[in-house]
Amino acid sequence: MNAPYPVTGSAALIQTRFAVPDIRCAGCISKLEKGLVQHDNIVQARVNFTTKQVSLDHDASASVPELVGAFALLGFEAHPLGDMARDTDQASSRDLAKALGVAGFGMMNIMLLSVSVWSGADGITRDLFHWLSALIALPVIAYSGRPFFKSAWNALKRRTTNMDVPISIGVLLTTVMSLYETATHGPHAYFDGAVMLLFFLLAGRWLDSVMRDRARDGVTALLRNMGTGALILDDRGQSRWVDSESLKTGMVMIVAAGERLAADGEIIHGETLIDASLLTGESAPVSVSLGGTVHAGTLNAGAPVEVRITATGHDTAIADIARLMGEAAQGRSRYVRIADRAARLYAPAVHLLALLSFAGWMIAGAGWHHSLLIAVAVLIITCPCALGLAVPAAQIVAAGTLMRRGLLVKDGSALERLAEVDSALIDKTGTLTLGRPTVINLAEISPKEQSLLLALARHSRHPLSESLRHTLEAEGVIAATVSHVHEIAGMGVQAQSNGHMIRLGRPSHTATGSVKNGAMTTELSVNGKAIIQVQFADALRPDVQSTVDELRELGLNAMIASGDTNEAVAPVARTLGLTALTSLTPQDKLEIIQRQSAMKRKVLMIGDGMNDGPALAAGHASIAPGSASDAGKNAADCLFLGDSFAPVAIAIRMARRTQNIVRQNFTLAIGYNIIAVPLAISGYVTPLIAALAMSGSSLIVVGNAMRLKWERSA
Amino acid sequence: MNGLIFLIPVALGLGLLGLGGFFWAMRNSQYDDMDGAAVRILMDDDEDGDTLP
Repeated sequence: MNAPYPVTGSAALIQTRFAVPDIRCAGCISKLEKGLVQHDNIVQARVNFTTKQVSLDHDASASVPELVGAFALLGFEAHPLGDMARDTDQASSRDLAKALGVAGFGMMNIMLLSVSVWSGADGITRDLFHWLSALIALPVIAYSGRPFFKSAWNALKRRTTNMDVPISIGVLLTTVMSLYETATHGPHAYFDGAVMLLFFLLAGRWLDSVMRDRARDGVTALLRNMGTGALILDDRGQSRWVDSESLKTGMVMIVAAGERLAADGEIIHGETLIDASLLTGESAPVSVSLGGTVHAGTLNAGAPVEVRITATGHDTAIADIARLMGEAAQGRSRYVRIADRAARLYAPAVHLLALLSFAGWMIAGAGWHHSLLIAVAVLIITCPCALGLAVPAAQIVAAGTLMRRGLLVKDGSALERLAEVDSALIDKTGTLTLGRPTVINLAEISPKEQSLLLALARHSRHPLSESLRHTLEAEGVIAATVSHVHEIAGMGVQAQSNGHMIRLGRPSHTATGSVKNGAMTTELSVNGKAIIQVQFADALRPDVQSTVDELRELGLNAMIASGDTNEAVAPVARTLGLTALTSLTPQDKLEIIQRQSAMKRKVLMIGDGMNDGPALAAGHASIAPGSASDAGKNAADCLFLGDSFAPVAIAIRMARRTQNIVRQNFTLAIGYNIIAVPLAISGYVTPLIAALAMSGSSLIVVGNAMRLKWERSA
Repeated sequence: MNGLIFLIPVALGLGLLGLGGFFWAMRNSQYDDMDGAAVRILMDDDEDGDTLP
């Protein structure tokens, strides 16, 4: 009912996945699945509504741009996805779910039998039930215990212990003791305790893994896969699409307006404006003409140009930034999660207690059997269920709540680190600002002019036209009827309306796009006479002021660190009341963070561009907007979706609240242990008590974590 | 006791059936798109006109 129908056929089919963020409803699913198959080369289309991806089965002759075009015909923007590490991570979630399922089956069925034993079955019935429990428990423990046994074995090989060592020892010892008990017709078999232990711990691990899957799918859906390739012009003047990996120096690529460059190069035909904001943070586009150098990752914001490639892949300027990022990320991997820190104390303590109780009872003359039973009871009752479940439960609930408020958290350690930050470094272009031109003088334009502007702007993919079109359509403007529309590359759009020639394009008195007061302008002219100029600027995001104030309230020392010039950053810094460092290179930003870390400060980095990449990887925690470069999105811990800046403060509040809940859960767990361990040592812990204690403590801890769901943290 | 000899294997057998079903469902990608399954109910299939009344 839900799975894709297997496709049979003689031709070899390729499966390509696309991220389609605009899928919103059932109608989209049927539209895509039915509509895409109409295309000659596409055999089957399957929409995954949860991850907002579409999987296409097509024959080898269809190229990526053709397939993207098929989506565009239906009105959807599609971005091709590579076969990244997605499959291995998904497999680990699946394995955990399977182990959880088996443990659940085992636990319930053994409990079925245990209840009658607890209620007083004895003699041959009890023996029978114990044997049956053993029959169920042994394969279940062998299968579901593998994640723990493997991890414990790996830790022991490296001569350290982690959380999994006492768990594995506890489970194995319990099983052996219970088998012995069963064989000697004893009264207490702890099979249910051992399997229940595995069940709760697997539940915690599985929640953790699901949280990471959800976040990763969310991020993948946003990746635009910039510069997947380019249109290459060959000697005969024919153009064909070539993937990024296959680009070579010396090839000539045609870069259209609004397209990102896939490689470094030199302009051999045409001149244009290059928007390098994603690369360097400079908000003003720079004009580049014949012979000028252009870099991979920048946006062609002017006219189509032909570029001869001078460097690809690892040799491009951005590759250096990528290397810097790789080095910066090393520091991050040394962070130890709070659960693991607890485990470092916990594991040896538990082992010691069990050993001491064993020794104590032996000395008191109780004999091997009884002493071992007590030691097993101690190991089981100090079950780290509460610990193993508490942290993932709290984090996944918090992550879910945050997702509803527009913030994607990549994993649990991100929440922990976010709660610890005490200072913030904020980028300007694209982070504090929207990173795209928006119309600033809409009020000066009359409705009639707006109508003409929309009619012209609709026919161009130039970034300024797109912005104008979005703004006017949002205002509900109806486009005037025009005829004979054509776009003159680099000059503008021209059309006929009521017998007049109207044009939207570069202001006529300058050669390239005029940059006036930091704003970009286009001009509407009728019959050659300028009527009105539309000014654009990179506006601040909504809620920036209130968020910066909130950050101050939360005790964060905030500072702007931008790659843009002093003139561009100063007004923003003044409005928000923040100090600013300007004209920074990626290396500079990284050094600021390293200096702060040396002073034992924990820095939150908020940035979007390639130039923020190393800083995003090095900061104690980092947040990027959904509109960030792919590198920024991959390096950051959290992404805030949408235009508003507010999720940043919400994230910090929520992270701190989550840490509070985690601490409460630890307190509950320790409190429970303080009561339970003496009971175990004095021999009062029977399998019934162990089962109740484990379920009880796990439920309490998860219940406490659920409080984060109704958190009104803003 | 006679009853138990019969009932316990039945109970375990049914449990194993359930577990087997769970494993099949996982392998068959039934759980990959939970939101999609919920929403596909609302799709209209009869636009192509190839379903019998």
